[in-house]
Amino acid sequence: MLGYLLRRIFAAVPVMGVVALFVFLLLRLTPGDPAAILAGDNATPERLERIRASLGLNEPLIVQFITWVNKLLHGDLGTSLISNLPVMKMIGQRVEPSISIALSTIILAVIVAVPLGVIAAWKHGTWIDRFVMGLSVLGFSVPVFVVGYLLIEVFAIDLRWVPVQGFRSISNGFGPFFERMILPTCALSFIYIALIARMTRAAMLDVLGEDYVRTARAKGINEVAVMMRHALRNAAVPVITVIGTGFALLISGVVVTESVFNIPGIGRLTVDAVLARDYPVIQAMILLTSLIYVVVNLLIDVAYTLLDPRIRY
Amino acid sequence: MDSGLALRAPRNDERSCMTNPVLDINNLVVSIGKKPKGANIIDGISIQVHERETLCLVGESGSGKSVTSLTTMGLLPKGTLVPTAGSVKLVGEELLTATDRRLRQLRATQMAMIFQEPMTALNPVVPVGRQIDEVLRAHTDLDAKARKKRILDMMEQVRLPQVERIFASYPHRLSGGQRQRIMIAMALVLEPKLLIADEPTTALDVTTQKQILTLIRDLQRDHGTAVLFITHDMGVVAEIADRVAVMRQGRLVETGPLETVLRNPTMEYTRNLLSAVPSLVPRAARPETKEPVVLEANDLSKVYKERAFFGKGREVVAADKVTLTLRKGRTLGIVGESGSGKSTVARCIVRLIDPTSGGVRLSGREISDISRRLLQPHRQKIQIVFQDPYRSLNPRVTVGESIAEGPINYGVSHADAMKRARELLELVGLPADAVSRYPHQFSGGQRQRIAIARALALDPDVLVADEAVSALDVSVQAQVLELLDEIQKRLGIAILFITHDLRVAAQICDEVVVMQHGRVVEQGPAAEVLTHPKEAYTRALLEAAPGRGWDFANFRPVSEGVAATA
Repeated sequence: MLGYLLRRIFAAVPVMGVVALFVFLLLRLTPGDPAAILAGDNATPERLERIRASLGLNEPLIVQFITWVNKLLHGDLGTSLISNLPVMKMIGQRVEPSISIALSTIILAVIVAVPLGVIAAWKHGTWIDRFVMGLSVLGFSVPVFVVGYLLIEVFAIDLRWVPVQGFRSISNGFGPFFERMILPTCALSFIYIALIARMTRAAMLDVLGEDYVRTARAKGINEVAVMMRHALRNAAVPVITVIGTGFALLISGVVVTESVFNIPGIGRLTVDAVLARDYPVIQAMILLTSLIYVVVNLLIDVAYTLLDPRIRY
Repeated sequence: MDSGLALRAPRNDERSCMTNPVLDINNLVVSIGKKPKGANIIDGISIQVHERETLCLVGESGSGKSVTSLTTMGLLPKGTLVPTAGSVKLVGEELLTATDRRLRQLRATQMAMIFQEPMTALNPVVPVGRQIDEVLRAHTDLDAKARKKRILDMMEQVRLPQVERIFASYPHRLSGGQRQRIMIAMALVLEPKLLIADEPTTALDVTTQKQILTLIRDLQRDHGTAVLFITHDMGVVAEIADRVAVMRQGRLVETGPLETVLRNPTMEYTRNLLSAVPSLVPRAARPETKEPVVLEANDLSKVYKERAFFGKGREVVAADKVTLTLRKGRTLGIVGESGSGKSTVARCIVRLIDPTSGGVRLSGREISDISRRLLQPHRQKIQIVFQDPYRSLNPRVTVGESIAEGPINYGVSHADAMKRARELLELVGLPADAVSRYPHQFSGGQRQRIAIARALALDPDVLVADEAVSALDVSVQAQVLELLDEIQKRLGIAILFITHDLRVAAQICDEVVVMQHGRVVEQGPAAEVLTHPKEAYTRALLEAAPGRGWDFANFRPVSEGVAATA
């Protein structure tokens, strides 16, 4: 197992290398002078020269790349062109809200969706099944901002149970952190509940036709044990895949939710950087997103080996 | 230990008739769907199984054997198949009206079941010991230690080696035979009164089959279990049955003690079923011929290499220096158990896979190392028929197009190819107008005829039949074998016949090659190898063939036949 983990981490290195090369070339291969792109439209010649020097643009390409990677490995992602803050620090501030929301959303979604999917499959073809599937279609179709504003209207403005928007770090106490997490989590989890419930139901239906489920029933054990111990564990692999990729998407791509609830997360940072052509930040975000996907995929594969003893590497 | 070969003396039937039956199925009707007018899958059958008795329920596919057993267990798919009349009583208790809860209590404690496919009947993600443990946890109050002791004891009773290790193993670590032993241990751990075995040895090799049959019988003797044994294989019936019930299309055709049914079947259907069982005694040898050799394999080997990221890869030798020759108009059989490499050899010869080393000469031309492009003109000289006719024909292409595709690829005009397809369909005993129909409109036997017609469309010198009759019922199997024989006589084609079934091999082959672990163990004329085997492995294979002592087609034991001719 440990050997497998090390091998997988080792195998991720070339992937990250290719991504790094791409990110590096992104700026260099864009038509025109990278320094001019970086400096923006109203740059003075002195400023251009300073940027050239700081990026080492006068050096050969390969030397530039090595220098850049070296800095990268030391945690130096450059400086934002807009705020003049180190990119590393900017991202650092945004990571907590994003990860918090992604985690809470995926946890809520799994807690609600997996039982729904199991019950739908168990009661396949009955009104319960059709009801769950109907909910799922609804979850897919209603945009997240509609759900978000509805929730704010009802629970924050009318009932005044929770704050309207914003984010508090967990280091300032769990209470304020938690009450601000509730609405965005609910809004976001809608579509994930729909997705995971559907996936669970489909995987369960596949497995329920298997011989070993019949064997389990022939043993005279109760239906709950048949469903949980025999069916669900075998149906888990595709479900875990959806949960994993869903989680990766959540960290980097919840701009709308962040905007609706005014949460300073990674999604908005990315959008702002793209709009302002803040290249160092964009580069860092591409690297970070790739890293998240690589790590999540690694975790999914590890989960496979834990769930299914037949999968060996 | 009982060799399991000789026919058993009938047990004292008088006594078992006096006791109450363990299982009493009376006038059972099972229909499709909930509507009152659904077709009847089971149409009024009555069966009794007594303590210490094995009742074999025989019949061809679709006769309703499995539905009968699933009805008893209460495991019919809900809503699709519904018992609509009659009764099923287990030790006097009605099962059809029992609640789900009561049925759950009865399962494993009073009635238990083992299934056909040991490969899929166990949960792949739970260690087998825990799967047995589940039965004890659901039905007893024993503590963990007592449960484990009981399980290990049961695992020893089903003669599993190293029980502690196997207890903690996952199913994929065990062989098919070991998994079936686990299933049996699971079924019998609470000593149920009734054991239902649904084709429990059909998916196993003959040598394993023999062990499992002996095991079931020994355990039955020790525990006094009533066994309802479902099978399509008359050989197995002869090995294990006390009484036989023959089913056809949901009805009971005939029932009686084993000897009576095998010797004096009263119904036409039973007679036909028995007559269709191929004899283990090889057919009379055909005279040697001086016809030209059409197919030769020389030191043919296939090695699979597993590449590893780190360290050394694993090597699996699937075929090891196999040499064989086949003359025009003759049939060569390759026999062996699963994993013996027989199909690998066939596939190498047809070049569906590339051999690692060695040569294949087809009509004098070496084809093992030429490129796929150069191989093209030679492909038509060798054609293959696969095991499963349900999957080997494209379901969305008409039968005619399937047959004509080959000739069209070799430049024959569409009209001519279709004309030829009609002729071929008639040759294999199907109407010529079948060309415009689709595979699903035909039965398994008819589809296999179509597959043969497709293979013949290119006028091959060699026809390779890879387990071509294994998926068919015996009566259909007999017809297809007859067809192959007839085609060979008419066209002078050479046949390479791959099978695990020694009975089939005995009836169609001139020469046989016996394979084990990728190697040829023994080869020679079928009459010689299958009656006077020189190698221990061949002998073991023959001895394991179920019903070896019985000449089904002549309704007598083999020994009496020998006595009659002597």
